[in-house]
Amino acid sequence: MAWQALDRTKPVFDKDAPPVLSEALRAKIRSFFPRYETQRAALLPALHVVQDALGHVSHKAMAEIAEVLEIPPSAVLDTLSFYTHYWDHERGSKVVVACRSLSCQLVGAEKVLDACKAELGIDEHGTTEDGKYSLVTEECLAACDHGPCLLINEKLHKCVTPEEVARILKDPKNAEIDPPRSNLFDGPAAAAPAPAIEAVGKTSDIQEMRES
Amino acid sequence: MAKFEPVLTKNFGIEGIRTLDVYRKQGGYKTAEKVIKEQKPEEVVEVVKASGLRGRGGAGFPAGLKWSFLPPDREVTYFCVNADESEPGTFCNRVLMEEDPHQLLEGILIAGFATKTTTAFIYMRVEFHEQFHILQKAVDEAYAAGYFGKNVFGSDYSIDCYIHRGAGAYVCGEETGLIESLEGKRGWPRIKPPFPAIEGAFKRPTVVNNVETLCCVPHIFERGVDWFRGIGTENSKGPKLYTVSGPVNRPGCFEAALGLTARDLIFGDDHGQGMRDGKKVKGCIPGGLSVGVLTEAELDCHLCFDDVRNYGLLGLGTAGAIVIPDDADIRQVLKNIARFYSHESCGQCTQCREGTNWMYKIAARIAAGAGRISDLDLLVDITTNMGMMPGLSICGLPDGAAFPIRTIVQKFRSEFEEHIRNQKPGVVEQVIRKTNPAAYELPILGQRAVSV
Ligand SMILES: Cc1cc2nc3c(=O)[nH]c(=O)nc-3n(C[C@H](O)[C@H](O)[C@H](O)COP(=O)(O)O)c2cc1C
Ligand code: SF4
Ligand code: FES
Repeated sequence: MAWQALDRTKPVFDKDAPPVLSEALRAKIRSFFPRYETQRAALLPALHVVQDALGHVSHKAMAEIAEVLEIPPSAVLDTLSFYTHYWDHERGSKVVVACRSLSCQLVGAEKVLDACKAELGIDEHGTTEDGKYSLVTEECLAACDHGPCLLINEKLHKCVTPEEVARILKDPKNAEIDPPRSNLFDGPAAAAPAPAIEAVGKTSDIQEMRES
Repeated sequence: MAKFEPVLTKNFGIEGIRTLDVYRKQGGYKTAEKVIKEQKPEEVVEVVKASGLRGRGGAGFPAGLKWSFLPPDREVTYFCVNADESEPGTFCNRVLMEEDPHQLLEGILIAGFATKTTTAFIYMRVEFHEQFHILQKAVDEAYAAGYFGKNVFGSDYSIDCYIHRGAGAYVCGEETGLIESLEGKRGWPRIKPPFPAIEGAFKRPTVVNNVETLCCVPHIFERGVDWFRGIGTENSKGPKLYTVSGPVNRPGCFEAALGLTARDLIFGDDHGQGMRDGKKVKGCIPGGLSVGVLTEAELDCHLCFDDVRNYGLLGLGTAGAIVIPDDADIRQVLKNIARFYSHESCGQCTQCREGTNWMYKIAARIAAGAGRISDLDLLVDITTNMGMMPGLSICGLPDGAAFPIRTIVQKFRSEFEEHIRNQKPGVVEQVIRKTNPAAYELPILGQRAVSV
């Protein structure tokens, strides 16, 4: 996200509106506290769970995260605005990330990006009108052996050709990943007692969140 | 020389290796158990020191030496596992984590024990989604088996291990940037000293090591220091994962002894298997984008910690080779490289923030067919006036920007000059008027721009 100035003459969000963070979300954020020495360190995980649950992190959500972490809201904005992964405004329900770094470029990433733009009818950083897709470019996704690559939400599409783009983007299952999102002990270890892990945030934060 | 036997990749492809059970059947965690039960932390550090293991994250700093900088009277020690892997062309950490996650955890256990670590954080870039789920499951399993948590293996050593996900910033791979990010702040690298070993995460002694460095550790204890020292070249010991990408027949990740030549990596039957579609090699960036470029004639460079310097490169980097084919426009390559650094500079240091931006603007103009011969000298001039080597920046990002841009301009100068000579006359002014009209409207700047 680029630097931006807020219009301070108007309220940034409605203070009297009902809270956007559910109690379950707040509890989830608090469950990160035992991991770190400071509560602020739970900020990146907190932003991840909030963005995952709500789609983006609005200014109201930032203020509420600040409340849970007991830090100033400006600290949340300060951190959030540094990282490209967080959205402070609405995004499509699926985010298509196209790699644009050198390895992928040398095997044709630009044509794949153009095909995405044509298929979705949007430019970089745009969102389709039906709110289904947003399109962004990123630097190397560390999957250069599979270049050119596209990331749709969590799913990495490998060795994409421009001709394939339309098919991939039309596929309703294009964001499903293998292996599935990790859940608590679905392997053989499930039966083993796990006292040590009790006190701390357990497994994939996000899965539990979705279920609650 | 004896035939090289892969160890880091030896479990790859075994069915179910991501589960603890199968990993244990392959002999997994035995080494960690033995080390933790039978040895003292100081002895473990000495063994790693003696092995000559050097960091695989880019800087090549000896791992055992780094661990010995920790103050002796510390109570809390943090271990940060650098799984941020954002260097273009590099993906060996990803492969290690998705193919054999428990190998990394075993490395963390031994390294954590050696450094008396209380909590280990695996700082993983957020774009690793599948890898996150794989590794998180492995961590859960290891916890359940009592390998993490209180009193591991029934000893009195306790360690916690969490995965901390990043949020998309290259500079968070820099060790102090990583620490700041871990603390919930912007990933702004810190001024050193104090080094993380003295004052790192939460102002406590902290060690930062790369994933691959840690994956080497269990094998040193399993097979012994002599075995490890028997692999590689004089100053570069041990096995290394090389990766190759770009238009080669078999892009991928391959294990070899340190000292493989770039030519072997691209053309070897066990490795890249030559170029796709009858293309030829124009150049090769052999160690992740930041190290600089080799021409086709220089491909016999041995990719180890010393030899690369004979070719004007920054270092071994991450040994992730990007192959540039002969039909690629060198100006576009330059532009892509420059764009990466100008996008990823965190903006704290003037030289880096402005320098990477200038270089991008110049490179973009050259790529748009409006270069000047003097631009090439200007680019080289900028690269020598930013970065840690001239002592002008906080972190090494601008050095990483300087080397590829300087070497590409110097080694392919004739090609750039040819492109520039073939431009239409007057095109420079046209393009500048379009992209930056102020340059001609302001009288002083206008004069300057015209006079060059
Ligand atoms: C701009 C910049 C980016 C870096 N990115 C990474 C990275 O993505 N992964 C990594 O392991 N090391 C990275 N490093 C190197 C780390 O600072 C550090 O040297 C390394 O993690 C130490 O681990 P090692 O001794 O095991 O190699 C980066 C350094 C700089 C200056
Ligand atoms: S050198 Fe560049 S990336 Fe590093 S701290 Fe300074 S501005 Fe940030
Ligand atoms: S360059 Fe595209 S994944 Fe690395």
